[in-house]
Amino acid sequence: MQFTDEGIVLSAQPHGENHAVVNIFTPSAGRVAALVHGGQGKTRQPVIQPGNTVSATWKGRTEDSLGHFSLELVEPRAATLMQDSLALTGLTAATSLLSLCLPERQSLPQLYDATKVLFELMEDSDVWPVIMVKWELGLLSAVGYGLILDRCVASGATLEDGADLTFVSPRSGGAVTYEAGMPYKDRLLPLPPFLIARGEPQVGDMLAGFALTGHFLEERILFPADRQLPDARQRLLTRLQQKYRG
Amino acid sequence: MPRTPAGPELDRLISLLAKLPGLGPRSAKRAALHLLKKRDGLMAPLAVALKEAAEKVTACSICGNWDSSDPCQICADEDRETGVICVVQEVADLWALERSGAHKGKYHVLGGVISPLDGVGADDLNIASLAQRASAGGVSEIVLALSATVDGQTTAHYLVERLEGLTVDITRLSHGVPVGGELDYLDEGTLAAAMKSRHKA
Repeated sequence: MQFTDEGIVLSAQPHGENHAVVNIFTPSAGRVAALVHGGQGKTRQPVIQPGNTVSATWKGRTEDSLGHFSLELVEPRAATLMQDSLALTGLTAATSLLSLCLPERQSLPQLYDATKVLFELMEDSDVWPVIMVKWELGLLSAVGYGLILDRCVASGATLEDGADLTFVSPRSGGAVTYEAGMPYKDRLLPLPPFLIARGEPQVGDMLAGFALTGHFLEERILFPADRQLPDARQRLLTRLQQKYRG
Repeated sequence: MPRTPAGPELDRLISLLAKLPGLGPRSAKRAALHLLKKRDGLMAPLAVALKEAAEKVTACSICGNWDSSDPCQICADEDRETGVICVVQEVADLWALERSGAHKGKYHVLGGVISPLDGVGADDLNIASLAQRASAGGVSEIVLALSATVDGQTTAHYLVERLEGLTVDITRLSHGVPVGGELDYLDEGTLAAAMKSRHKA
């Protein structure tokens, strides 16, 4: 069995003294883990840094076997962002989330494209944090836990009807209008308007967006698998708060 | 691992040797046989050296370097610059810098880098004592000599944040073209980092 595809390196774990097991997110095969011979060596280490785009050829005896990768570097994203503290934290948070949340071998081409766009924007620190909130919504949707943000789960009013969607139910993941949600506002999550294409994102909206996606990533994907949100994501939120709130 | 027909002592020796980096079961057997052949010249002194090292070598309470004295020879050396502390990941990195002779100050060994996937957080590293040393006075510069990997640089950024507010210059090693390196043969990541950290000629 063999396939060749482009992919984003998500993680690399040492295997024995010289090799590494590398997780790569590819558009056609999803997240694939395989052995990289000499992965701990000085020629392979620069290639398997998380966030790098590589050309990966996977070979294995059967489709289910671990197999091994032959890798060539396409885009040295990690090296490009290494000196930018915020971007490096964002890159680590995104690759860690993909490592933790993606099932193995499930093709998710749209999420792959969105991830590439997010990484390409990471040199512009005014833009990418907002995009990352939307990317996390896309991640939830790609793995089957998308939020319903276009209609109110309580009244049925839709965005098209001009519904004033202001909250999100932490249980159903559905939006709730201001009127229906006010009596329960302490138990609901705020819905940042930019997520339903209403207004330009403000700093508070961006942080509220991360709180919203973080809640559902934890509740729906990570807790059931006995996992937690990665530390890198928490560091990212702390840095964003420091940057924008002083 | 198949047992040797030579008794449990030799089996134990081979199985312990096989746990050393670079040695597998077959090379451990070769090493064990070699030691037995050189019993007086190598095996007995090696056993004594291992025992002494296990008893006497400890981590320096100031910098984390391995030494048989505490503080270590580098921390105790009054001829070295006390105002510059070079932060390294492991003792092997300290030895590499000492080989180069490029750093004449003191060191601080973190004992690893922040690596969420390996379960290594900031609290698992020798960072609190670095902050103490930096704030104790007499330190003018901290050089972050950490690996040019995502984990290494994440740790470097964390240290910059942690030490923020102290009256200490925090610097880091450059990333770029190695001495003797031809551009044509360099990996794209190194070239990108070199281009990013270019400076005025």
